[in-house]
Amino acid sequence: MSNLKAPVIFTANRLLDGEAVWLGANGRWVESPASAVVSHTAEELEATRIAAARGDRENHVVEPYEMPVTIEAGAAVPASYRERIRAAGPTIRLDLGKQAQQPLAA
Amino acid sequence: MYRYDQFDRDFVDARVAQFRDQVERRVSGELSEDNFKPIRLQNGVYLQLHAYMLRVAVPYGTLNSAQMRMLAHIARKYDRGYGHFTTRQNIQYNWPTLSDIPDILEDLASVEMHAIQTSGNCIRNVTADHFAGAAGDEVADPRPYAEILRQWSTVHPEFLFLPRKFKIAVVGSDKDRAAMQFHDIGLQVRRNDEGQLGLRVFVGGGMGRTPMIAKLVRDFLPEADVLAYCEAILRVYNTYGRRDNKYKARIKILVHETGIDVLRKDIEAEFERIRGGVLDLPQADRDDIAAYFAEPDFEQLPAQSETFETAIAGDKSFARWAAQNVHAHKRDGYGIVTIAIKGTGEAPGDATDAQMEVMADLGERYSFDELRVSHEQNVVLPHVKLDDLPAVYAALLEAELAASNAGLITDMIACPGLDYCALATARSIPVAQELSQRFADLDRQKEIGELKLKISGCINACGHHHAGNIGILGLDRRGVENYQITLGGSGDETAAVGEIVGPGFGAEEIGDAVETLVATYLGLRLTDDETFLQAYRRVGAAPFKAALYPAKEAA
Repeated sequence: MSNLKAPVIFTANRLLDGEAVWLGANGRWVESPASAVVSHTAEELEATRIAAARGDRENHVVEPYEMPVTIEAGAAVPASYRERIRAAGPTIRLDLGKQAQQPLAA
Repeated sequence: MYRYDQFDRDFVDARVAQFRDQVERRVSGELSEDNFKPIRLQNGVYLQLHAYMLRVAVPYGTLNSAQMRMLAHIARKYDRGYGHFTTRQNIQYNWPTLSDIPDILEDLASVEMHAIQTSGNCIRNVTADHFAGAAGDEVADPRPYAEILRQWSTVHPEFLFLPRKFKIAVVGSDKDRAAMQFHDIGLQVRRNDEGQLGLRVFVGGGMGRTPMIAKLVRDFLPEADVLAYCEAILRVYNTYGRRDNKYKARIKILVHETGIDVLRKDIEAEFERIRGGVLDLPQADRDDIAAYFAEPDFEQLPAQSETFETAIAGDKSFARWAAQNVHAHKRDGYGIVTIAIKGTGEAPGDATDAQMEVMADLGERYSFDELRVSHEQNVVLPHVKLDDLPAVYAALLEAELAASNAGLITDMIACPGLDYCALATARSIPVAQELSQRFADLDRQKEIGELKLKISGCINACGHHHAGNIGILGLDRRGVENYQITLGGSGDETAAVGEIVGPGFGAEEIGDAVETLVATYLGLRLTDDETFLQAYRRVGAAPFKAALYPAKEAA
């Protein structure tokens, strides 16, 4: 098992609406990086890459790519400010994008 | 303005149906993204950070009120209630779903609009002076030439897969209000010594990572030859332009590497070969197109308007708006109104659906049903009676569109930047908003005078920073947003590329840096009338560098 320099998750845009999504468990694309499957090792990364490519091939998502994350309180947080903006929404319009959505009731 | 004929209508309708089918095939999986991407791009559909983006063409920036209302309708029905007017006189929607886009295109087609060739390596929307047909300094309206070029370049089979994108701008006077010399082809309508109409032709301008001012390739081209000559330029470019490296693929690189004299010979040789053929434009055809842009039915009015003068005397805020945002019209008793989409703290160029409706109403009621989008991300009412200006101002005030800052420091250009754009390396809009707040005081702005400030969120320079008197380029420096300043750029008839002044500034420092530049300028200008650009050209970068980097200069 060889550890990666930084933990990695996969992201893409959903084909139908262009929404930013991240690869979660069981090959499902989820709407929060915090719910993404995190790869810590090269072996995990390879397995996740195969699942991401399937999403592309099956036309659920467009152009998946991997991105480094940090782990905060047990959840993946995008390492770059670009990806943080992508995960939240425009910083100048807090009423738009994922940041505007109310958390789902339990 | 130009109206579609049956051919145009059939063509655009067919294109909508074709794209609807392509979207369905993409969604069903019949088309892969690799197959689909070039198709969607040539229909103006990008994939950005949060969603798809649709770029709708506003040919040479001219539209009527029904079209502006349709833009509002699209913002309301399919998007999030706003649109972004761009530096190419287009409008972008930031949130459409792929499945809605065929319906959007169908709605657009119903008012003779489309999104064809607003992206891809083809000839893009032809831009023009936003004061066309209204400015007093005009030799002739540039829009008939722009329309002729639009028709020629739309799905021109030879030029749909160029080495890189290709942009053409046309101006009709010595004053360049369209940054014409920053285009792949720049055309300036002029008369020769015999009084004949023709065009001065520039080639190889551009912004991006390698900014270049276009070179003069022909001082006078008879107007009948405009298509043949442009075709000759495109052919030479298509033959010799580099396809091995996308960063060296624009015609500006070909002009730079080959030299304008060698290239001119190639262009002229090709032109001689094809002139007088099918691309020759008979006078009757030119007249037909020009008729679409015939002057509206102007009234004979006195140069002075009592209503206008009374309003100026009685309302200071109206007087300030009129002084800054109303420009001289070629006809007595009329003015050209700039609606600055630059409210304090707002994103430059962003207008809500309600604001678009108001602008459409004003265009219909007070400006012969005509509006313009400017490359400076404003909307223009080209023909407003001076008598009507108080009413127009009141309506704009109500719609929060009465920013009295046209041409001043807060009338800045900013690209969408990293808040939306997948290519961006830093945010632009928050910088624009901070500067807008900082310099909000109108008296202070007036004291500073004309100053073009332009902000891009990456090296591709959609925010025209190279042409900014003060240009700001947002970069990613080791994971942190960093803003590089250029000085002395200009997009007017004295076009110049701004020079990098020194190391960049952090997001929290860039506002102070601009403040320092402005203070330095105010301290060294010779008179109140000496603009920032004039002062910079007189003194050079040294005093500004010394002010921005004091420790370094002292060391």
